[in-house]
Amino acid sequence: MLPFIFAVFVPILYKMFTPRVHTGWFVFFVPLLIFSYLITFIPTIANGNTIITSIPWMPSYDINFTTYIDGLSLIFGLLITGIGALVILYSIFYLSKEREALHNFYVYLLMFMGAMLGLVFSDNVFVLYVFWEMTSVSSFLLIAYWYEREKSRYGAQKSMLITIFGGLAMLAGLVMITSSSETYSIREMLLNVDAIYASALFIPAMVLILLGAFTKSAQFPFSIWLPDAMEAPTPISAYLHSATMVKAGIYLVARLTPVFGGSNVWFWLVTGVGLITLLYGSVNAVRQTDLKALLAYSTISQLGLIMSLLGLGSAAMYFGLGDEIAIYGTAIFAAIFHLVNHSTFKGSLFMVVGIIDHETGTRDIRRLGGLIHLMPISFTLTVIGGFSMAGLPPFNGFLSKEMFFAAVNNAAKMDFFHMGTIGVLIPVVAWIASVFTFIYCMILVFKTFRGKYKLDKSRVVHEAPLGMLISPIILGSLVIIGFFFPNLLSNYLLKPALTSILPVLSEAEVLELKIEAWHGFLNPELWMTIGVVVLGTILYLNLRKWYRIYNSYPQSLTINNLYNLALDKMENISGSITNFYMTGFIRDYLVYILGFMILVVGGSIWLFDGVSFDSSNDAPVTLFEIAIMIVAVVSAVFVLFSKTRLTSIVSVGALGFLVAFFFVLFRAPDLALTQLVVETVTTALFLLCFYHLPQLRKEKSRIPFKLTNAIISIGAGAVVTIVALSVNGNRLFDSISSYYENAYELAGAKNIVNSILVDFRGIDTMLEILVLSIAGLGVYSLIKLRLAKEGSDERAE
Amino acid sequence: METLMSILVGILFAIGIYLILTKTLLRIILGTSILGHGVNLLIITMGGLEKGGPPLLGIKGLTYVDSLPQALLLTAIVINFATTALFLVLSYRAYKVLGTDDTRSLRGKSDG
Repeated sequence: MLPFIFAVFVPILYKMFTPRVHTGWFVFFVPLLIFSYLITFIPTIANGNTIITSIPWMPSYDINFTTYIDGLSLIFGLLITGIGALVILYSIFYLSKEREALHNFYVYLLMFMGAMLGLVFSDNVFVLYVFWEMTSVSSFLLIAYWYEREKSRYGAQKSMLITIFGGLAMLAGLVMITSSSETYSIREMLLNVDAIYASALFIPAMVLILLGAFTKSAQFPFSIWLPDAMEAPTPISAYLHSATMVKAGIYLVARLTPVFGGSNVWFWLVTGVGLITLLYGSVNAVRQTDLKALLAYSTISQLGLIMSLLGLGSAAMYFGLGDEIAIYGTAIFAAIFHLVNHSTFKGSLFMVVGIIDHETGTRDIRRLGGLIHLMPISFTLTVIGGFSMAGLPPFNGFLSKEMFFAAVNNAAKMDFFHMGTIGVLIPVVAWIASVFTFIYCMILVFKTFRGKYKLDKSRVVHEAPLGMLISPIILGSLVIIGFFFPNLLSNYLLKPALTSILPVLSEAEVLELKIEAWHGFLNPELWMTIGVVVLGTILYLNLRKWYRIYNSYPQSLTINNLYNLALDKMENISGSITNFYMTGFIRDYLVYILGFMILVVGGSIWLFDGVSFDSSNDAPVTLFEIAIMIVAVVSAVFVLFSKTRLTSIVSVGALGFLVAFFFVLFRAPDLALTQLVVETVTTALFLLCFYHLPQLRKEKSRIPFKLTNAIISIGAGAVVTIVALSVNGNRLFDSISSYYENAYELAGAKNIVNSILVDFRGIDTMLEILVLSIAGLGVYSLIKLRLAKEGSDERAE
Repeated sequence: METLMSILVGILFAIGIYLILTKTLLRIILGTSILGHGVNLLIITMGGLEKGGPPLLGIKGLTYVDSLPQALLLTAIVINFATTALFLVLSYRAYKVLGTDDTRSLRGKSDG
């Protein structure tokens, strides 16, 4: 966790040394240190051992910070730190120390690196999720590094929305899978696979987790955020959007293959989406005119390739040991191999593009050309990277592409998962995508460096400084080394990773054979590659003739457009929904509240058959009471139909006095007294208000009748009556009031009500006094306090 | 008696709510007032209306009327009065400042 700790110190170092030393130098040693530390694990891992350390974090929830190092996580760890170190080295020369806010840059970068390392090494799924979101957040910060540009902010927001959406889906999936496997640890899940399969949550969990992986790894149709993330500084694009973050989804899929791999849904989803992404990315890459956008789409397409290989390989889980497993093992092996290769050549390509941008001031293919003599080293590096991406012989991309073709060919031959004729499509799609890959690689290499020099002559274009070139040179040489000595890499790193993805493959001899057999000539894969080269060359040379096809594709049907439209519509719709029910009128809200009250209370009474009616315990009725009741009803109804406000005030006052009468009848002298006084004062206040009515619209009218109001109010009244009656009919236990009849013995008072108020339940009274005083203060301040502005438009008294 | 009182309370509720749903401020406050009366009567009714002596120990009677609802009501009446007074003064101020008593025209400035 060194990166996080160090990130704290970056701003301090920045402030201390800025004018003299580039902050990046301090940061540089961090990944280097981790990288060399991780290298020491290689022998252990190569011997088939794993390393587990655990730090308790939330032991009561059984969530611990467990790191688990096996072949797969080691590969990722080495990639992250290795390319991280190179990217930092590159950024030291790429970013100006005077003009840029370097401390922000390196803090975010270290945060990202730490999160990414945590992601690949953690064994606990929730810790993994925490780091997963941390990569999203730090990537968001890095994309919007030049936050004053609008496009940066747009790209950052888009990637944030999409990856967080996937992350949350993944969290749901993880919760499901932990509930069915009853463990948070990925290792222990593997031991409990049967329970996971048996669970009803198996498919939803898988789909949700895959959603997370697909959004993160920019798979179709969630790939749209990646091209827009190219607004980030180039070192970031090289690091996050080609080598590390986008591989987090790949990592997750690979990591969980032993758990889900045996299912055919997993196979079809991963393979299918991977292939679609592969085709989509490569076809779209050809039409790009911005170099970084081209590389972004090529990243998408290569990620699709890796994803589809992982999908094909998961079939191995289904078949168990045998001949087939060797064949599908190849697919997984190719996936890991290509993963490493892609990180090397894509990283170097991004860096070269950054150099071109830095030296010429543009990344537009249409304006570039003829740089071959001006920038020979960059050209060589582009050739290495581009040809490797296209899958040409002397580079490592060739090997992984051959293995890819082998895997798809095998998949087509195998009849499984009711594949039938669809299976034949797999190699066809893969082949077409490879042709497109070839074309855009050629565009990348030749349109940039060959042809006429088109730029403004005044600008002196020259080779980049050596410091900037170090990192791409190292990566470029790795590309070549990867071709000539693949077994070195595979024996130490790839095989342990393979066994950690496919634990069923413990028989090492099967693997041993395959990896040595990479020099099998005259196999169909070689001819496929030759076909790719031939057709690709033909198409590239005639680019102008068929390029117009792209323009005929309607712009409004792109996924990007769909995304923007959806975002807009979502805002509009939620806005109009809010405007629809938030009318701003008090009456409407009251209608909602009362409507719900009627619905809920009345509805539950109706549903649970709560109406019961029992008047046997009622007190007897006297004529006098009936008379008062009738008068009360009449006076209340009178309020409704009175034409003037004065009559309604008077009838409400009358109602109040009648209530006082009721209190007398019901043997409540204190209440009657209070009620009389209060009613008098209230009526006086009403009259005060009435007197000060505005002069403007003093029309004295009846209340206009409104049906909805009538329905609501009658409904509410009916509900109250029904509730009252039902309660009255179902007394569960006697009152506790008999206790208060000891008032004299306990409190020395003969008036029970008063002793309750001041003795038994005195706190109520105290607070009631408080209410009265607050109201008094409120009235006073309402009348006395006037803001200056308010006073000006106040009407004269 | 309780049955009849329940019906009366229902009627008072209905009228009070109908008044609250109208647009004039004064009528709304009148509505809350009627609603308050309804609630008070409901509380005392639910306490049971059996005949008995008033809850004064000096009076020799066999039984007393339930005293607890009365104490609750006394509190409720005072609080009701306090809020009603506050609301009335508030509406009085609203008249003076805004020059209207129609809740339909009592709208804040539109957004933005």
